[in-house]
Amino acid sequence: MMWIDTLVQGVLLGGLYALFAAGLSLVFGIMRLVNLAHGDLIVLGAYVILIIVSALGLNPFLAALVALPIMFTIGWVLQRVVLNRVLGEDILPPLLVTFGLSVVIQNALMQGYSADSQRLRPGPIESASLDLGVVTVGVMPLLTFASAVVVIVALNQLFYRTALGRAFRATSDDPVTAQLMGIKPASVFAMATGIAMIVVTIAAMYLGMRANFDPTIGPARLIYAFEAVIIGGLGSLWGTLVGGVIIGVAQTVGAAINLEWQILAGHVAFLVVLAFRPRGLFPRAND
Amino acid sequence: MAQDVTFRVETRTPAARIAGIAALICIVVLFALPAFASRSLIQDLFFILTMLVLAQFWNLLAGYGGLVSVGQQAFVGFGAYAMFGAAILWGLDPVLAIPLAGVAALLLAVPTAFFVFRLQGAYFAIGTWVVAEVVRLSVAQWRAVGGGSGTSLPRDVIGDMLGLALVQDLFGVRAAAARDILAYWLAVILAVLTIGGIYWLLRTKRGLALASVRDNVEAAKSLGVDALRMKWLVFLTSAFGTGVAGALIYLQKGRISPDAAFSVTDWTAIVIFIVVIGGIGTIEGPIIGVLIFFALQSVFAGYGTWYLMLLGAFGIVIMLFAPRGLWGLFSDKTGIQLFPIRRRLIVTGQDGATIREKDNG
Repeated sequence: MMWIDTLVQGVLLGGLYALFAAGLSLVFGIMRLVNLAHGDLIVLGAYVILIIVSALGLNPFLAALVALPIMFTIGWVLQRVVLNRVLGEDILPPLLVTFGLSVVIQNALMQGYSADSQRLRPGPIESASLDLGVVTVGVMPLLTFASAVVVIVALNQLFYRTALGRAFRATSDDPVTAQLMGIKPASVFAMATGIAMIVVTIAAMYLGMRANFDPTIGPARLIYAFEAVIIGGLGSLWGTLVGGVIIGVAQTVGAAINLEWQILAGHVAFLVVLAFRPRGLFPRAND
Repeated sequence: MAQDVTFRVETRTPAARIAGIAALICIVVLFALPAFASRSLIQDLFFILTMLVLAQFWNLLAGYGGLVSVGQQAFVGFGAYAMFGAAILWGLDPVLAIPLAGVAALLLAVPTAFFVFRLQGAYFAIGTWVVAEVVRLSVAQWRAVGGGSGTSLPRDVIGDMLGLALVQDLFGVRAAAARDILAYWLAVILAVLTIGGIYWLLRTKRGLALASVRDNVEAAKSLGVDALRMKWLVFLTSAFGTGVAGALIYLQKGRISPDAAFSVTDWTAIVIFIVVIGGIGTIEGPIIGVLIFFALQSVFAGYGTWYLMLLGAFGIVIMLFAPRGLWGLFSDKTGIQLFPIRRRLIVTGQDGATIREKDNG
């Protein structure tokens, strides 16, 4: 009984990790850019929502809705002004610039909001749960997982059913030829990062409602997201969800054995997959 | 005419000769310094020298080997913990345990490389970070050295340290100050060996192979350079040096905890910015970078983490507008190289006059 419960909790936790990972996966898929500040941008998103909650007295769900255009703009400007300049053959500049960004965001939040833990409080839904007979699950984790599925379906639809998605795929495959067809890679990339930041905002909202957060927790979120992407296989969004679930289950099972092993178990699961399936479980892209 | 011509390959430049003499004077002054300098200056210099060593090894990895690691804290922490473990569990002299710490880091680097070499580019970077996290979380389970809350070097171990009594007699200082001086001297030796060793490596045939792999892997492979072997060489060398530096840093601190010893900010982020700001891919760059970092940290000492934010922002600006760093800017303008590794082909006629010089990367 306890094991089924542990497994279910792990799967639902995986939904949150898939949300962390989807933005990272999207940006990498389109412009081969790994954003080392991704985790810190999620934490930044949580603070933006927190500021809106306390300034306007809104529920976190509504506050996240207000935060969406703000975060989209931050992403768009970041790509236009900074990241577009460092894209290219050499992987060093984007890595170092996003690493610098990570340090800057972390310490700016530290100066502005101190190292105190913060929390987003959604009200009674926070402690609500559903009795499914075999197990009882919290409404919030269930909602998180459902959101991850919706985000992945929406991103897949965007990719394969819209003109913008076509532009994304074309630029990803061959930026030069895409340019001949009238696509501006700089704008496409800015759009992609903006959309990634929308996913980041959704992830930030659930992060803030699930547990306490402070300015230093970003890098750990980046690592979970990265592990989910690699386990799933580069370029596959559904694979990313599976990767998130594997990390989530490994963590809850590890925690059930010894509370101190929770995070370690997730990392070990990742290393095991890397040892036996270096290209992930569902490899698709050739990179 | 052609048979009268001789060829020579040279790396030396006049500036380098002057730099060599200046470096020798500098080393002598650094060694003699504890006789006049205050304890706080010695501590500051210790910090600068150890950060310089970390920066040189990261530069070797990323600047010459093309391996952008953000997980070097794994080797700092593991080396430091190996030294603590050897001193606490086996009663080994901590000074003698320092080389052992390098070996421990080297042994950790072998399985690490097995995993992370499967990842390319940016994913390699995060992969090294994951490994560092795994090592941190595992070491936090090691109860004998204090688990998650850490431990201190036992008083008797510190008191009997090799050379401590000698330093105490020599300068007539108390044990704590003598430990700083001893650690400082070891840091000077380590920095000299590191810079000298890396300079030597880059001027050998292997160094040329390394540069060719960095510049163009495919072209290097077609000329018979074993790219994977060069990666291993660089990764293991850096791990060893980083582990030794980690052990030395924590010998001076005397107290260790997993969160501090495996800190990504202290041992990797700052180190990366030092290299990038100074100039990646040069030996001079990290030297300039570490001085700028220290100046920033001192000026903003009273303002919390502002210096880190500024360091990060400065790093971003440098990467965007002067990717070869401050030393790169200076070197481009003046043509001066203090540690030249560029091979120049000098063609001389029968009368010994130089016909032409050719730069040959």
